[in-house]
Amino acid sequence: MSIINLNIKNPVLSLKDLSVSYDGEKLAIKKINAEIKKNSITAIMGPSGCGKSTLLRALNRMHDLYPDIVTTGSVFLNGIDVVEMSNIDLRRKVGMVFQRPNPFPTMSIYDNVIAGYKLNGMKQKKSERDEIVEKSLRDVTLWNEVKDSLQKKGTFLSGGQQQRLCIARALAFQPSVILLDEPTSALDPIATAKVEELLLNLKKKYTIVLVTHNMAQAARVSNQSMFMYLGELVEYGKTKEMFTNPTDKKTEEYLTGKFG
Amino acid sequence: MMTSEKITKRLLFAASLIIVFVTAGIIFSLVGGAIPVFSEFGISFIFSSDWNPSEGKEEYGALPFIAGTIITSVLALVICLPLAFSTSLFIGEYFHDKKVAKIIGTLVDLLAGVPSIVYGLWGFYVLRPFIVDLGLSSQGFGIFTSGLILAIMIIPYATSITAEIIALTPNDLKEAAYSLGATRFEVVLYVIIPSARSGIVASFILAFGRALGETMAITMLIGNTNKIPNGLFDTGNTMASVIANQFGEADGLKLSALIAIGLLLFVITGIINGAGKLIIKKLSK
Ligand SMILES: Nc1ncnc2c1ncn2[C@@H]1O[C@H](COP(=O)(O)OP(=O)(O)OP(=O)(O)O)[C@@H](O)[C@H]1O
Ligand SMILES: [Mg+2]
Repeated sequence: MSIINLNIKNPVLSLKDLSVSYDGEKLAIKKINAEIKKNSITAIMGPSGCGKSTLLRALNRMHDLYPDIVTTGSVFLNGIDVVEMSNIDLRRKVGMVFQRPNPFPTMSIYDNVIAGYKLNGMKQKKSERDEIVEKSLRDVTLWNEVKDSLQKKGTFLSGGQQQRLCIARALAFQPSVILLDEPTSALDPIATAKVEELLLNLKKKYTIVLVTHNMAQAARVSNQSMFMYLGELVEYGKTKEMFTNPTDKKTEEYLTGKFG
Repeated sequence: MMTSEKITKRLLFAASLIIVFVTAGIIFSLVGGAIPVFSEFGISFIFSSDWNPSEGKEEYGALPFIAGTIITSVLALVICLPLAFSTSLFIGEYFHDKKVAKIIGTLVDLLAGVPSIVYGLWGFYVLRPFIVDLGLSSQGFGIFTSGLILAIMIIPYATSITAEIIALTPNDLKEAAYSLGATRFEVVLYVIIPSARSGIVASFILAFGRALGETMAITMLIGNTNKIPNGLFDTGNTMASVIANQFGEADGLKLSALIAIGLLLFVITGIINGAGKLIIKKLSK
């Protein structure tokens, strides 16, 4: 693997020999070592099936939900091994946004944003809740569009609005990291542009890890890029340098569209 | 020249026409058979609890049987609800895709297929003496025993539909909740139950509909007395059981009364099943 000159100080996340296997034999990701920089966007790229989602889901321990999946190695969040944190603690600090917008269909827009608190049985005053909802919706530039229909079901929104609602839901906890798995692949170009703009804004407050199929997207928004191939982290570097001057042959082939 | 496709179409059409005619025929003969008793007693047939077949002083009212049916079925539903619900959570969520769930699921389906008479026999020779041993009633016949056997009969039915609906909860919604730090229990409470709610309600309505019309086992266990039961351990009769019990020796006005009860049962179960199916249909859209 080639790491170009990244030199990350006080990384938010560091991955040490992180491997995941779905069946206990074949590794879907193999001994990944990397550090994720604070207040920046790190893109994970690579052809389909190379392990992007698998890597992302290891970061907030989503794999723990499925007992057959074996994870080895470690992930440190601000220096603390995530296996030493409780799930609720970890997931409050590391939010996740999925490929397909998945607001809770039985909940209103308001309840969707506050869902994290509700689900965990955390009670707060109505004024506090209102504040969290407004702030999170403003963060995703959805507030003006929905402020008069907060009690409507979230599923009435357009796909792009739903995805921004899901981002707001992840932001409500004020996490330090947001993981996004191809968040725009189900959206049209205009909605995609909105989400990208939003991400650029959010990185001021949050650390963002973004899985994307779309090289142009990675080039547009990310500061660092990872290129994965067959479960391995082939190259990791500053996006600009990686796109202009890739060091690995596979990366170059991928970036020039020879496969993928 | 008729093509073979045309012939097939007509054959299929004819076959479905037969079903329409049979249904119409049943309704027609039920209504026809019920006319005498309604013209004798009017609508008060439904609300009267007199039942006196002795010639000259004949008096018929369906209320005891309507009451018996509703009380036993509601009792069955109340017993069934927690058991069926927890079993379906077990099969449909907690151990979904696991061997235990498959085994239990198969057992549930097996139980759902056991003929009513077998439950009746078991109820008569095992459950009834057990009720006597507990000192709950002297003979062991009655509303409680019937409700219990009904519950046992509808639990598999409610369980298998509910489990299927619970298992249908989209995985991405569950993962969304887990990604917010929810525990399994919170996911069940705030995601699975709300999104499966109308399906769960529908499956219990359908189970209730089954209980309403259940005949053989109840006839063997309810004690067959033609009065409104005055307690859980009293005897009584349901609409289905009074018909099964008395149609053989009935004629004239009494036969008409039994047919009228059959018609009422037909209408009630029709409405209940219709409601359940409607909810399920809405849900699958
Ligand atoms: N639930 C699963 N069970 C078994 N194998 C899986 C599962 N999910 C993914 N895999 C396998 O793990 C490898 C990595 O999959 P992953 O979903 O991480 O790839 P990806 O890079 O996200 O692909 P895509 O771009 O198509 O989303 C693939 O070989 C895939 O077949
Ligand atoms: Mg993926």
